[in-house]
Amino acid sequence: MAVALILLLVAIASVLFHVYSPWWWTPIASNWRYIDDTINLTFWITGAVFCAVIVFMAYCVFRFHHKEGRRAAYNPENKKLEWWLSIGTAVGVVAMLAPGLVVWHQFVTVPADATEVEVVGQQWMWSYRLPGKDGRLGTSDARNISSENPLGLNPDDPNGQDDVVVQNEDLHLPVGKPVKVLLRSIDVLHDFYVPEFRAKMDMIPGSVTYYWLTPTRTGTFDVLCAELCGVAHAQMRSKVIVEEEKEYHAWLEKQQTFAALSSQRDVAKAAYKTGSE
Amino acid sequence: MVDIPFDPVAGIPPAEVGEVELYHPRSWWTRYVFSQDAKVIAVQYSITAMSIGMVALVLSWLMRLQLGFPGTFSFIDANQYLQFITMHGMIMVIYLLTALFLGGFGNYLIPLMVGARDMVFPYVNMLSYWVYLLAVLVLAATFFVPGGPTGAGWTLYPPQAILSGTPGQDWGIVLMLASLILFIIGFTMGGLNYVVTVLQARTRGMTLMRLPLTVWGIFTATVMALLAFPALFVASVMLLLDRLLGTSFFMPTLVEMGQLTKYGGGSPILFQHLFWFFGHPEVYIVALPAFGIISDLISTHARKNIFGYRMMVWAIVAIGALSFVVWAHHMYVSGMHPYFGFFFATTTLIIAIPTAIKVYNWVLTLWRGDIHLTVPMLFALGFIVTFVNGGLTGLFLGNVVVDVPLSDTMFVVAHFHMVMGIAPIMAVFGGIYHWYPKVTGRMLNDVVGKFHFWVTFIGAYAVFFPMHYLGLLGMPRRYHDIGETSFVPASAHDLNAFMSVAALIVGFAQLVFLFNLVWSLFKGKDAGGNPWGATSLEWQTPETPPGHGNWGKELPIVYRWAYDYSVPGAVRDFVPQNEPPSGVAAQGAHP
Repeated sequence: MAVALILLLVAIASVLFHVYSPWWWTPIASNWRYIDDTINLTFWITGAVFCAVIVFMAYCVFRFHHKEGRRAAYNPENKKLEWWLSIGTAVGVVAMLAPGLVVWHQFVTVPADATEVEVVGQQWMWSYRLPGKDGRLGTSDARNISSENPLGLNPDDPNGQDDVVVQNEDLHLPVGKPVKVLLRSIDVLHDFYVPEFRAKMDMIPGSVTYYWLTPTRTGTFDVLCAELCGVAHAQMRSKVIVEEEKEYHAWLEKQQTFAALSSQRDVAKAAYKTGSE
Repeated sequence: MVDIPFDPVAGIPPAEVGEVELYHPRSWWTRYVFSQDAKVIAVQYSITAMSIGMVALVLSWLMRLQLGFPGTFSFIDANQYLQFITMHGMIMVIYLLTALFLGGFGNYLIPLMVGARDMVFPYVNMLSYWVYLLAVLVLAATFFVPGGPTGAGWTLYPPQAILSGTPGQDWGIVLMLASLILFIIGFTMGGLNYVVTVLQARTRGMTLMRLPLTVWGIFTATVMALLAFPALFVASVMLLLDRLLGTSFFMPTLVEMGQLTKYGGGSPILFQHLFWFFGHPEVYIVALPAFGIISDLISTHARKNIFGYRMMVWAIVAIGALSFVVWAHHMYVSGMHPYFGFFFATTTLIIAIPTAIKVYNWVLTLWRGDIHLTVPMLFALGFIVTFVNGGLTGLFLGNVVVDVPLSDTMFVVAHFHMVMGIAPIMAVFGGIYHWYPKVTGRMLNDVVGKFHFWVTFIGAYAVFFPMHYLGLLGMPRRYHDIGETSFVPASAHDLNAFMSVAALIVGFAQLVFLFNLVWSLFKGKDAGGNPWGATSLEWQTPETPPGHGNWGKELPIVYRWAYDYSVPGAVRDFVPQNEPPSGVAAQGAHP
């Protein structure tokens, strides 16, 4: 009986832990509450199945535990029961999969009015690039990378000249505006991960990946790297500050463009040259 | 309910060819060391796998010490932590579980259960073990080379696996890849043997639909492994070429520590596809033998036929086939084309149906059984709890959009440990307690066994069940120290400490198990030939432990399936597969 009781207790303890655990997801800060809803739905369905199976098993152990003179029944199969169980399982699977795929469709369909923001990962820091007045990001290539051009922007691309480059600082985003986050890496795999946004995607050297979201509340959120990227993986941090549009623009005004940064460096280089001559 | 007409002599053709002469060892060396007897090879495989598994156990202790009490242990730094997780994962998945289920259980049980004298290619079988041992030694050597073992994670994703920001970039990764290549060569030799033996060397009357489910599980897993491991083989060779010869299979134009490298034009995603084309079937390569073993344990110790045998066989085959079209569910956030998500989420959730059928049939086998709560039965019950738990969380991660917030968090770590760590290891333990009497002729100690079960089951559940919630919280995996964040409360650190303590206790319980293995070898109760009253052929051998050639003069003839337990009218509550149908036994027998 002890065995049946312990099995039952495992099921009960699991449910109680789920209900009373203080460890739960962080309050969401993006439009992806549909993802949270799908997780909740999945918890309900899988939780019911888990409890049903364990309780049934515990009951069997309790009821059919070996006693002197007991003999097991002989029933090789029961087609009808097996088919009903399969169909029931299929219904449960569809109930989770269908909403999941609907939300996934939203996740991969970027709205036309989303503004682009680029996140660049490298061992072990984050950089950001925002389009300038023209609203377009210039092209980039790892071959352009040098100490003057750490993100490898194409110096000959006119679209890139007014791009705002943010290095070693936090990213700011306006609240309520859809953003398409373009993800790029210049060395190894990284993953731009903000737990409050729910979305995440790997960044791959040689390609540009993306996801989109709409920040729904202001605040400061941690950026972590979610794809193992070497020894300082755990220390690769930054922050995203979601703020009202006015404050966002005030911040944006203060940032430097690619052209300004390159010319500063040219001036500095020229000064260094004349000084040394 | 029996809707198949029973003809006991059907499927027993006359012997058409004489038996092939068995290889006979002539010296101590060829009998016990360079042995060609599958039973000896099985023990060699098992001891080697468990030895390297102990290394993985110690690594898990070190990891849990670091996670539970970050900063307390100065001898663990970020480098070492990554090396620990990598080696722990690789050892457990490949060098322990795969080798133990296929090389250990497969070698021991296949010839005995199908009624053969040995594997069909004994010499190749011997080579398989020695190449495996070499692979293990090369792997173990990485602990002693300059720079230590690789810290690339067990997935070995390039580019970081072969670049200088990752520990073990010098020697570790090269030896790791070499070891994997050796393992696959060794496995292929063994695997061909298992498949051909099951297909060609079954005794008279042993039709495929009379095979015990253990053989079905191991057989299907071996076929899958033969198809899946080549993907890992080529990926390892290509990555080795990238690392040593500067090719660019997986390496695009990229910067290493601020310097542009000579690499260009390769695709890191290609490696992930190859890796997971192996890696997902690998999950089932470990799970299917466990499914089979658990089916047989439950049936034997509940004294009841397995419920829905034919459905169980088809479920194994369906899972095996489907597992080749779900691999990219490990790559939902890898940056592959997002539309793949629709396809792979659908296939992944479909695989839940045959898997659920297996679970239903296990618990329905218990229904109206005569349940003996022996140690193997306890482990089978523990398997069902952990497997159901881990299988259900798989429905979270397989459903593409739910995977997005959870991937790369501790939720994933908790899920795969539950479903392909704890659950298969429960099956391994159950199997060892069940078959140890046949291998050694002695019973394992029951009291120690029960202690081992309860500590392992409750302890492991206490480690991995709460871990899911750290993942929900957003705690990423492969972090040696979460550090300062705004979303991880202080209580989560207490939970981590609790899990670490539980993990240490579970680890120590395994030492008790090892002690039991050794102690019972000398002091265990005498087992006799068939202590559990089981029906399958390995329990009907003339000698225990079975002698060279397994069956004495004549091979057994099989008249029935492996699950004639508690047949109405029969005197005993089991009818061995090789018992002729004269008398009362015939009336209940299922094909």
